[in-house]
Amino acid sequence: MANEKNSTASPSQAGMLAIVAPLAAWLVPGLGHVIQRRFIRGGLIFASIAILFFCGIAMQGRVYGFNLGDLLQMLGFVGDSGNGLLYFLARALDWGAEPVFRATSDYGTKYVVCSGLLNVVAAVDAHHIAIGKKS
Amino acid sequence: MNLQLSHASAALIFSICASVVFGITQREGTREMVRYGLYCFAWFVGGVLAAGWIMHFIKG
Repeated sequence: MANEKNSTASPSQAGMLAIVAPLAAWLVPGLGHVIQRRFIRGGLIFASIAILFFCGIAMQGRVYGFNLGDLLQMLGFVGDSGNGLLYFLARALDWGAEPVFRATSDYGTKYVVCSGLLNVVAAVDAHHIAIGKKS
Repeated sequence: MNLQLSHASAALIFSICASVVFGITQREGTREMVRYGLYCFAWFVGGVLAAGWIMHFIKG
């Protein structure tokens, strides 16, 4: 089913959007929806993911770097990297705490990982909108 | 900055944010999105309450 809001785009533009939208959505949460004129959806996705991410950082959650050690740490990196630019910002500014001392720190670590995974879900949704699979 | 949330408030914030994203991404149409978001939120909160009570009884 053709997507009404993208129906005015030429096939090449639509093909480009199918690549650009998920990439933009990964880099900045909600941007993939915003560039397809779904402003409210994009804003809600950005707010939800940013709240989770920054609450996680404020709770002294851990931000995993690239590693080839423990499997859970590798998966933690995969989840964290789903945050896109927020992840790179956190790594560059050395946000988050390395050791987890308190229960809230552990919650913070999970918040950051989950915000990244939710952002990946949102990026896939942006791709589906771009290819017309979803309105 | 050091944010200290209780178990309940941490679970509540997570439930709200995850439900919003699930609602938007898993359904089409505003009404269906809202309904599915509320459905997910109810399951998140219900699951937390159920798990809390189960742990309470296990602990004795």
